[in-house]
Amino acid sequence: MEAERETTLSSEATTENKTLLGADELIINMGPQHPSTHGVLRVKLKLDGERVIGSECIIGYLHRGVEKIGENRTYQQFAPYVDRMDYVAAVSNGLGYCEAIEKLLVVEAPPRARVIRTILTELQRIASHLLWLGTHALDIGALTPLFYCMREREEILKIFEKYCGARLTTHAFRIGGLQYEAYDTLEKDVERFCKDFESRVAEYETLLTQNRIWIGRTKGVGILTAEDAIAFGVTGPVLRASGVKWDLRKAAPYAAYDQYKFEIPVGTTGDTYDRYLVRMEEMRQSRLICLQAIENIPAGPILAKVGKVLKPPPGEVYHAIEAPKGELGYYVVSDGTVQPYRVRIRPPSFINLQAFDRMVRGHLVADVVAIIGTIDIVLGEVDR
Amino acid sequence: MMQAVIQATMDFLKLYWAPLLCGLVIVAVLPLIVGYIVLVERKLMADMQARLGPMRVGPHGLLQPIADAVKLLIKEDIIPDNADKLVFWLAPVLSVGAALLSIAGLAIGPAFQIAKDINIGILFVVGVSAMGIFGIVLGGWASNSHYSLMGSLRSSAQLVSYETAAGMALVSGLLLTGTLNIKAIVEAQYNEGIWFVMLAPVAFFIYLVASIAETNRAPFDLPEAESELVAGYMTEFSGFRWSLYFLAEYTNMIVVSSVATTLFLGGWLRPFARVHFFNFLDYVPPLLMIGVAGYCLLRTPKQPSRVQQLFMLAVAGLCLALALVLLAPVALPIAKPLYAGIHGGFWFIFKVSAYIYFFMWLRFTIPRYRFDQLMRLGWQFLIPLSIVNVLVVGVALIVGSYFNLHGWSMLLVTTPAAIIALVVALMILAAGQQSSAGKENAPASDFYAG
Amino acid sequence: MLDKVLFYIFAGLAIASGALMVTRRNAVHSAIFLVTALLATAGIFLQLRAEFLFIVQIILYVGGIMVLFIFVIMLVNLDVALQQIQFARQKWVALIVALALSAQFGLMLWSSEKIPGQGIPVLAAPPASELPANSEAVAQSLFGNYLLAFEIASVLLLVAMIGAVVMAKKEK
Repeated sequence: MEAERETTLSSEATTENKTLLGADELIINMGPQHPSTHGVLRVKLKLDGERVIGSECIIGYLHRGVEKIGENRTYQQFAPYVDRMDYVAAVSNGLGYCEAIEKLLVVEAPPRARVIRTILTELQRIASHLLWLGTHALDIGALTPLFYCMREREEILKIFEKYCGARLTTHAFRIGGLQYEAYDTLEKDVERFCKDFESRVAEYETLLTQNRIWIGRTKGVGILTAEDAIAFGVTGPVLRASGVKWDLRKAAPYAAYDQYKFEIPVGTTGDTYDRYLVRMEEMRQSRLICLQAIENIPAGPILAKVGKVLKPPPGEVYHAIEAPKGELGYYVVSDGTVQPYRVRIRPPSFINLQAFDRMVRGHLVADVVAIIGTIDIVLGEVDR
Repeated sequence: MMQAVIQATMDFLKLYWAPLLCGLVIVAVLPLIVGYIVLVERKLMADMQARLGPMRVGPHGLLQPIADAVKLLIKEDIIPDNADKLVFWLAPVLSVGAALLSIAGLAIGPAFQIAKDINIGILFVVGVSAMGIFGIVLGGWASNSHYSLMGSLRSSAQLVSYETAAGMALVSGLLLTGTLNIKAIVEAQYNEGIWFVMLAPVAFFIYLVASIAETNRAPFDLPEAESELVAGYMTEFSGFRWSLYFLAEYTNMIVVSSVATTLFLGGWLRPFARVHFFNFLDYVPPLLMIGVAGYCLLRTPKQPSRVQQLFMLAVAGLCLALALVLLAPVALPIAKPLYAGIHGGFWFIFKVSAYIYFFMWLRFTIPRYRFDQLMRLGWQFLIPLSIVNVLVVGVALIVGSYFNLHGWSMLLVTTPAAIIALVVALMILAAGQQSSAGKENAPASDFYAG
Repeated sequence: MLDKVLFYIFAGLAIASGALMVTRRNAVHSAIFLVTALLATAGIFLQLRAEFLFIVQIILYVGGIMVLFIFVIMLVNLDVALQQIQFARQKWVALIVALALSAQFGLMLWSSEKIPGQGIPVLAAPPASELPANSEAVAQSLFGNYLLAFEIASVLLLVAMIGAVVMAKKEK
């Protein structure tokens, strides 16, 4: 794979794309320390002038061996580790892991737990998208949306903090249900946030959606066709912006998503602008889900009957959820002991990053940052 | 021989002590002014972004620029190993030198101008400030880094392109006066009783856009686009050298704003300078200062510490003193001769500040252009438009002189000219959109298609 | 006196940077010295009260042409360019031409001092106030006396420009 890419890079370089002066192609190294590679991604860019004729993502600067750690921890002990993969959407990570182990144990979280899980996960989706929007806009040069986004994200983080004491790596759920009972004013807080949030999204849209420069910078940039997206295994908003209506919340409902009505926004061209619109709409839909969910939180226990020591029967399970960035899958193999035999994680950012080279070719350097931003990667998740 | 040299020096000093002193003052004070412009920018940005901005150093961060300057000065001076040492040393100096030199031609009020009455005034300012590009290009090259090189390539291409549009816009403005002398330009606006922004609005607009591009400000700040090229040509510079670049950038902002103010916004003239009915406007500057002082006094008890309260009082006192200075020429008959100098300076600085405020506002609001889009905007929109504008303004002036129009009645001919230029602008835009639509053939985004 | 000192400063600067420009191996350094030489010449223009020429020199040569020079030099790989031996065969021809030229100049300067009516006429400079406004004078002669020549030159330049654009397009 690596060698193959090398050859495509070099063959591309010798084509007629020579500059007038015969100057050599420029190879520039973007990252691992660069303001807009969203962490420690390193991109090798082969440039002709400012036009990208080839690229290579070099990852692993944040590799912590999360999967290997999983083999040496008990099932409960490993749960906080997954929060540190996509650290801007820790709640979603935890949800996927807990549900995977529940599937392995053949238990089901009680309805109350599932609804609260849904609320928190959707809030997390909004928070993750807000962070994406702010940084993406910053990459494209709009300074101000970042702070507005952070302002709203702060409200969400406050809700998390009230719920479980942590803001970023929450470890909010537990295998079999919830770690904590919902605090008294959770519904009220969520409702207040949702009420404000509608006008806030409209505010971002006035700053960006119709902005000529924004449209110029994003429309037609980094087009990913539906076929390509499927072939690369891309998921999440990136896939949906290419026109494929695939969302695990609808396709394979988990938590309490089957109870709520929401739309799956889909783009048409699969360019950066479409991905922007899709994510904006997803935030609105998440808000609607939250509003529906807080209307009726069932009473009851928050934890299913699971033992203190988890010993799932031997076997394997794959469980995927729709994380903010795409399909987050956990493939867990149990050998009947207290520790998993293997935990394989399918991180959406890693898979989505595969499409980067396809999206970036033929574009300018300025578009590279727009495309890195629009894939919405988190390096903690790419490198694990 | 020795005596001859001393004699020559003495002659020189005797002749030119005043401009030399002014120059020294400018070189000494400008970094401070730039520091405070940066502070104002940060404060404004913070205000628009729902936060407070610098608050720690001095009350409301008023001493922040000094702290920043000290930090920059005592930072380690790093020259990359493979850098071209000589050029690396020279580049920031060139940049800041050109920027400071061009200030010499500006007239901040009728009384304060270093290079008095040079025949080519405005050309001098524009031409000398354009030399600052060498600092950018050479700095990027000397750093021996790809990011720097690309930053400097971008900036040289950008500056050369937008210089043309800006120059053409200036030409349309200059057609109205027929002189390059800065004082004569402002006096012409006084005699006509109308600012040239009314007579040549399209030229003003072109100059506005081009001047933003020339000073590398957002949304045209590509040479230093931090999200793409780290810091563009400045990537490898740190400490004092970096601050020199910074100084040059903000000085250039002052210079382009001053040029625009001089040529289009009536220079140091009060609004409606010739209409006696509006003489009450002379009381606006002192009242403004008194207002600021009052606000400071109002805030003083709310300051957390004694030092900060005293500082706030000092600021209020300063404002009051300024108010008195501004009030004197209006109220006291003895100080009447100072009116032009003092109030002229106030209005000039006020207009320049407004212009710079617009720059900042744009920076906080809109995203950055891509390089090809920037070039397309420059070459395919602004330059053709500016050429057409020169043409229509010229024709309008000929028609105006045929009917012997002056002052506000000139609007009769210049307004149609501006409308023609606008129509041409729209046509250029439409043509550009048509060609790009043909190329991309992008289907409209059907959002809920799925 | 002051004028003289300034003149010698500018002239010395121009000659020195001219020499350095020719002898430097590094093309960017050469370009910088060329800029210095041009600026020094501009300074002499200013001394002659040719303000318009002064600023045109700065805007066109320094701000325009030299920027493009440096632009191109930066794109060319300097290490490769350094290895090529440049103008090696022209050394002697250049020396002879330079000597001949300086002999001519020297003769002229000598004759204008020694033989009345020969060489460069030595005139006293009129005071600045008596000179007509400089840019207006240039405009008068360009668009009045020499309009035809000026227009021909501009058309020629335009043709050259279009030609350059067309040729550059073909290369692609």
